Amino acid sequence: MYQAIVFLPLLGALIAGLFGRVIGVRLSQIVTVVPMLVSAVLSVYGFFGVLEGGHHDALVVPVADWFQSGALSVAWALRIDTLTNVMLVVVTVVSALVHVYSVGYMSHDPHPQRFMAYLSLFTFAMLMLVTANNFVQMFFGWEGVGLASYLLIGFWFKRPSANAASIKAFVVNRVGDFGFALGIMAVFATFGSVDFSTVFAAAPAQVGKTLHFLWMDADVLTTICLLLFIGAMGKSAQLGLHTWLPDAMEGPTPVSALIHAATMVTAGVFMVARCSPLFSLSPVALEVITVVGASTAIFAATVGLVQNDIKRVIAYSTCSQLGYMFFALGVGGYGAAIFHLFTHAFFKALLFLGAGSVIHAMSDEQDMRNMGGIWRKIPFTYSMMWIGSLALAGVPFFAGFYSKDMIIEAAFAHGTAAGQYAFSMGILAALLTAFYSWRLIFMTFHGAPRADHHVMDHVHESPLVMTLPLAVLALGAIFAGFAFAPYFIGHEREAFWGASLVLPSVDVLEQAHHVPEWVSLSPTLIGLVGILFAWLFYIRRPSMPVELAETNWPLYQFLLNKWYFDELYAFAITGPANWLGRVFWKQGDGMIIDGFGPDGVAAAVRGLSARAGRLQSGYLYHYAFAMLIGVAALVSFFIYRIGPTH
Amino acid sequence: MPSVLLDQIAPAAPEVLLAVGSLVLLMIGAFRGNGATRLVAWLAVALLSLALYVVVDMPGETRVTFSGMFVTDRFGIFMKVLVLIGAIFAIPLSLDFARREGMERFELPVVMTLATVGMLMMISANDLISLYVGLELQSLSLYVLASFKRDSERATEAGLKYFVLGALSSGMLLYGASLIYGFTGSTAFPAIGAMLAQGTGGASIGLVIGIVFLVAGLAFKVSAVPFHMWTPDVYEGAPTPVTAFFAVAPKVAAMALFVRALVTPFGAIAGEWQQIIIFVAIASMVLGSVAAILQTNIKRLMAYSSIGHVGFALVGLAAANVQGVQGILIYMATYVAVNIGTFAVILSMRGPDGMMERIEDLAGLSRTRPLVAFVLAIFMFSLAGIPPMAGFFAKFYVFAAAIDAHLYALSVIGVLASVVGAYYYLRIVKIMYFDEPVVAFEPAPKGFAAVLAVSGVLTLGFVFVASPLVALAATAAKSLIPG
Repeated sequence: MYQAIVFLPLLGALIAGLFGRVIGVRLSQIVTVVPMLVSAVLSVYGFFGVLEGGHHDALVVPVADWFQSGALSVAWALRIDTLTNVMLVVVTVVSALVHVYSVGYMSHDPHPQRFMAYLSLFTFAMLMLVTANNFVQMFFGWEGVGLASYLLIGFWFKRPSANAASIKAFVVNRVGDFGFALGIMAVFATFGSVDFSTVFAAAPAQVGKTLHFLWMDADVLTTICLLLFIGAMGKSAQLGLHTWLPDAMEGPTPVSALIHAATMVTAGVFMVARCSPLFSLSPVALEVITVVGASTAIFAATVGLVQNDIKRVIAYSTCSQLGYMFFALGVGGYGAAIFHLFTHAFFKALLFLGAGSVIHAMSDEQDMRNMGGIWRKIPFTYSMMWIGSLALAGVPFFAGFYSKDMIIEAAFAHGTAAGQYAFSMGILAALLTAFYSWRLIFMTFHGAPRADHHVMDHVHESPLVMTLPLAVLALGAIFAGFAFAPYFIGHEREAFWGASLVLPSVDVLEQAHHVPEWVSLSPTLIGLVGILFAWLFYIRRPSMPVELAETNWPLYQFLLNKWYFDELYAFAITGPANWLGRVFWKQGDGMIIDGFGPDGVAAAVRGLSARAGRLQSGYLYHYAFAMLIGVAALVSFFIYRIGPTH
Repeated sequence: MPSVLLDQIAPAAPEVLLAVGSLVLLMIGAFRGNGATRLVAWLAVALLSLALYVVVDMPGETRVTFSGMFVTDRFGIFMKVLVLIGAIFAIPLSLDFARREGMERFELPVVMTLATVGMLMMISANDLISLYVGLELQSLSLYVLASFKRDSERATEAGLKYFVLGALSSGMLLYGASLIYGFTGSTAFPAIGAMLAQGTGGASIGLVIGIVFLVAGLAFKVSAVPFHMWTPDVYEGAPTPVTAFFAVAPKVAAMALFVRALVTPFGAIAGEWQQIIIFVAIASMVLGSVAAILQTNIKRLMAYSSIGHVGFALVGLAAANVQGVQGILIYMATYVAVNIGTFAVILSMRGPDGMMERIEDLAGLSRTRPLVAFVLAIFMFSLAGIPPMAGFFAKFYVFAAAIDAHLYALSVIGVLASVVGAYYYLRIVKIMYFDEPVVAFEPAPKGFAAVLAVSGVLTLGFVFVASPLVALAATAAKSLIPG
């Protein structure tokens, strides 16, 4: 069954990718959507098996041997435990819905076969990642999703901005992947294996040992964890390596929903959770994760306040929510982090697909300043966006409420300075989250229409094939928290997670249930305050945001320009790298290598050729002379070598 | 006693057959005049085919006759088959050209047949004397062929140059032979070999100088650098069918003679003459590749190409082992197949104003004559040594032998030279496929298509005939170097 879940999408991708042109659009859609739906149904079935108290130990499904080189032996195998099952459900369900949605969304595109093939390829790679039984296999999936992400961001390859964004995503991810790869090598160097079970079993023995590298001695587990975390930072767009995610919105909206909200960007969270036996042995690494996560949460939320592109607002919101997940991991609340990953997948995919529906209705307009006043025309999409936003803001009884509250309480309960920092940032970010979510709703749907009448006349509700996935996701956004909280973070959690997550020595989730009253109330209250402010700013007194922006002009610019991260990188990294590349290209390759290499050799050969041609004078005595010289030279050589006395 | 005489002659049956047959052809021509040229030519082809049959039908064991001056072995049979095939294809290819260019005289096929007799003699030479006899019979015929178009200044110049330089090289060869005789006391290859195998202190300087002169004479015949200077002028000046003949049959025969005259008598002191061959091979490969680049005449280009290919084949001789000889045999086989085809294309380059010889004339051939362009492209890829064409495997076997013999520098230089050489072969492909057509060629004479097809299929599909050929070459090489 698990082989089917993982390999059905690959089958669809291969058929649609290789033969899409032959079999046509409709058949390509069928061969990708149907396997994906089957895969999703099987995943859900497996997940309910786990809920009923299925296997607690990891089930390993061998597939094939991959390679063996010296002591390094890597096999293809699917590691199935609760964590994998949760991820399988998230990935396949969202992917199946996005597949269905794409049939409608990409109906006007000239290359829907290619799109469907990429989507299925992505899903396969993601499934490979979450079912990996060793680090190398995980790296395979990791790179596979990176590739699919690159292909899909640059799907409209005729747009220069899409190409730039896809390259940026690829290159920034490369920085993280480099860390990940180093981490895997360090794992192999330390443990002599890349197999999860072996490594995790041997990890406690390595506590306090050091790793000698060049001239440094570093704590081995901390080093490994930090290197792995760098990989997670790249993939999950954490502060510093986050710059690619907003630009990735150049891709088609279903891509943003699937890859850049629900699944791929959560790979980092998944990886840290998978390696929780390693991470929980390194307090330093956990502290770093907490601080980075909390900083990302607040940073992305502030930037999200002032963005005008509807997809970018949601992108920064994703970035911010990923920050929540990371600091939840950092304080030891692995279950809470995965729970937020789970609920977030539903409501964020819902928001993105809803935004896609809006964009579709507005004739591909993405700027919220050109929207407004359309809520009566697309009431279904409007209500979906409400549900998504309510869940995102953590309004009680929606999905986000359970997971986000838990994270904030866990951070408080952790008690350390880092935990306190995360707690306060989390509360502040929750306020901002509520604010920008309703800013989005109000700007998009309410007020006076700001689009021209052609567009306004054309505003229409999306077809059923697009609205149906929205409805399914909305169900998830409403009920996923309420229904599954007992398992993920409640009383059933130990039985639920089994051995797939490590239980920290201080059970932070247990303590989170006993925090003071004001701590558990504050996220909800502050969320409502945020919504109120948004109403005040954008419905009650629409002139306020402008005044505020004018009075706080430097701050506004600072936020609008995303804290100047891109400019900083351009100045500190890409600029010098470009310069260096140019030097190597022009001077190094052009002048030195080409000059002395291909061009130089070619010129020398031409010269030689001309000279050889000139030797061929046509005069008989020249020819005879050459023969005599040849004989004389050979004879002299032998006389010299053998010696005259012999 | 007749039976004894027959036993004596049997090993030389093809040569005797061809010698007598060519005299008959000469008589037919003399009595019937030039009008009988086509008849004589086809009779010559039939005669050569018969000789080919006799050669193929020979028993495989090594047999000597004429007091040990003449030897027949598998090595000889292999090379003779190549020579005869080359001659059989060259004669019909010349007919159309001869008619159009006003050189349709019956002597042409007769002299070609006589030259072939000389070549077969060379291949079977087992003594310095019979070596010289065979060589001169072949060379004198070739001098005549080169200037066969008597009213052409270029052709007579080519013939004269070839003759004078050939005489010089013959002198060197004889001088070397006399030194060898003086220092070993014998002219018979096996006797020299046995004497040197018993000796202990290596070769004396006199003997080595004798070998140098012998090699100089032989290198002239295979057109190896620095004894190659005649080649471009003669290739360009001689009538094209004669050039085609030159490029195929005499090359094979001279290479066979080269191998036998070094391996059989001087196998024991291979360390001495290896140096000469290495030098000659490197010089040939490099010059053949480099000098061809700026050529504009395709016959001249093929001359440099042949110099380069002789260099590659000599790499096998430099290895001085069984694998090396095997490599040479394979190399010559593929060389014959590709060159017959290439010259068939060159011979079909006839525009409205007569024969065309410039490389630029091939421009746009892919559009005017796509099949011919395709086949020629295959030949060029093969000459450049690009897999899976025949030429790749030929180079592979000689270089593998050289690596076995630890001649690393030679191999590296050879491979680099072949990279340089690839340039001008690929340039022809580029001109055919990417340049605009200037003139359209007239339809090729009848039968050319068949030649092209056979040659092209062999070149392209070499992998399918490779294993029997390689096995044949291996047994042939073992017959020359036993053990």
